[in-house]
Amino acid sequence: MKINQLSLFLENKPGSLTGPCKALTKAGINIMTMSLADTQQFGILRLIVKDWQKAKEVLEKAGCVVNVTEVVAIEVEDRPGGLAGVLEAIEKSGINVEYTYAFTFGRGGKAVLIFRFEDPDGAIKALQAGGVNVVGSVQLYEGAQK
Amino acid sequence: MSAQWNDPIGGFHPVSGPDYLRVEQLRKLQLGRLQSVVRRAYSNVERGLKPQAVRALDDLGQLPFTVKNDLRDTYPYGLFASPMSEIVRLHASSGTTGKPIVVAYTREDIDVWSSVMLRTFTACGLHQGDIIQNAYGYGLFTGGLGAHYGAEALGATVIPMSGGNTDRQIMVLKDFGVTAICCTPSYFLHILDRAAEMGVNFRELPLRAGIFGAEPWTEQMRRRIETETRIKAYDIYGLSEIIGPGVASECECQAGLHVFEDHFYPEIIDPETRAPLPIGVEGELVLTTLSKKAMPIVRYRTRDISAIEPEPCECGRTIRRIKRIGRRSDDMFIIRGVNVFPSQIEAALLAVEGTLPHYQIVLTRERDLDQMEVQVEVTPEVFSDKIRALEGLHAKISHAVENLLGIRASVRLVEPHTIQRSEGKAQRVIDRRNLK
Repeated sequence: MKINQLSLFLENKPGSLTGPCKALTKAGINIMTMSLADTQQFGILRLIVKDWQKAKEVLEKAGCVVNVTEVVAIEVEDRPGGLAGVLEAIEKSGINVEYTYAFTFGRGGKAVLIFRFEDPDGAIKALQAGGVNVVGSVQLYEGAQK
Repeated sequence: MSAQWNDPIGGFHPVSGPDYLRVEQLRKLQLGRLQSVVRRAYSNVERGLKPQAVRALDDLGQLPFTVKNDLRDTYPYGLFASPMSEIVRLHASSGTTGKPIVVAYTREDIDVWSSVMLRTFTACGLHQGDIIQNAYGYGLFTGGLGAHYGAEALGATVIPMSGGNTDRQIMVLKDFGVTAICCTPSYFLHILDRAAEMGVNFRELPLRAGIFGAEPWTEQMRRRIETETRIKAYDIYGLSEIIGPGVASECECQAGLHVFEDHFYPEIIDPETRAPLPIGVEGELVLTTLSKKAMPIVRYRTRDISAIEPEPCECGRTIRRIKRIGRRSDDMFIIRGVNVFPSQIEAALLAVEGTLPHYQIVLTRERDLDQMEVQVEVTPEVFSDKIRALEGLHAKISHAVENLLGIRASVRLVEPHTIQRSEGKAQRVIDRRNLK
């Protein structure tokens, strides 16, 4: 149910995003979605790719510091109140959302969002109990190919 | 030397005999050699040195000091005490500022040098049968050839790699069954990083000892190397002005460095007043060569901060130990009136996470105010996908530095491999305050 996300350390300066992207290009790895968190000095690039082991290897060879974290992909109704419903289910469990970002593609009128929880297993249980569809990696990669 | 005297247990070799002389016998030997070296220096070198009557070792305190500039001012051959026909080798310092310092060796000096390096390797538990990868630079730098001759004299197998070409170093380490490596500790850390990227696990290699020298390093760094690789990391000490590597070495107790004092007489002085300091008190190390022929040096101020250990070592050697050198008075820089040594920054970094070996200190001047920036490379061990965690790390480092120095430094987390790696001595401080 959980998805492996890669995070990279980047300095906040022109050009620092290019290096890792070029390395992935060379290896023929497609970025399914990404988010960039930034501070004044540095940033963290978070990536979802299909073959994360290969991508990690490629990025490390290119000299990046790479970290693997488990995140959860959730289907959200693409209408007002869609996200609020999901958040309600999590709120009840008392689990904190660290950050979230979205995929560019949807699944049958629904948006797909990535959530980083402190306790992903607990969150998945709470979401499923609340009737929210948690997307597995296989379904996710199929969605990306459509 | 017959093989049965050099069995593969290590720790002793007949050439190591002087390490275990009775103290009275050692002092007598030192006095005799000191008298002859002072006589020699006086009669062969044109310098204002008067041959005072040296009746006891303590009389050494009345002789003038030799400083680096004395060697620079007499460039290239001014301080040689032997005719060129007897000099078989020249080496030179890197000469980062102006002309280098040229040092000379007679055949006998080379033999002494080989013997003290042999004693160094023996003290570190090496012996015939060991395969030693020598990654100190070969050339004008004394490290490469000094270690090479000592390792050959020991009867070990020497691989003369010299510095650089890290991938090749790792290939040789892995494929040649290397049991010991000689290089600077900062270069070894670089090798470790690269090996991890290449998927080479040091714990699976027969490597069991690192003979590290040519720059100050910390006990924390030693611990890191030893836990990551399971090798024993030994500190050795030397300087070209005296002979090169082989002035002092740790033994298997790793508790201070034994000075091969039958050849190099150590004193500790107060760097300000220049008065000799009692045993055990920290100050500047001063060395006198007792047997050098081509270039005898009396009371050379090394700029290295150390102390003579008052207690005898558990290993049984009677030659005295100096405390490992963590800093040089040269490395010190003054920022906003505070004296700072790079080793203090290193200690602060290692105290925070224990895994931040690559750092550099950049000094700048902004609107007449000195600024210090500590750049630290992020490692996989400390990196997190959460901004909060990295900001926490940043704050912890800033606090650690401020607590230790009493002044604020800006800390910058940088990407791996942004700080230039050195294949020799690491450059820890970049001072841009005078560049305008």
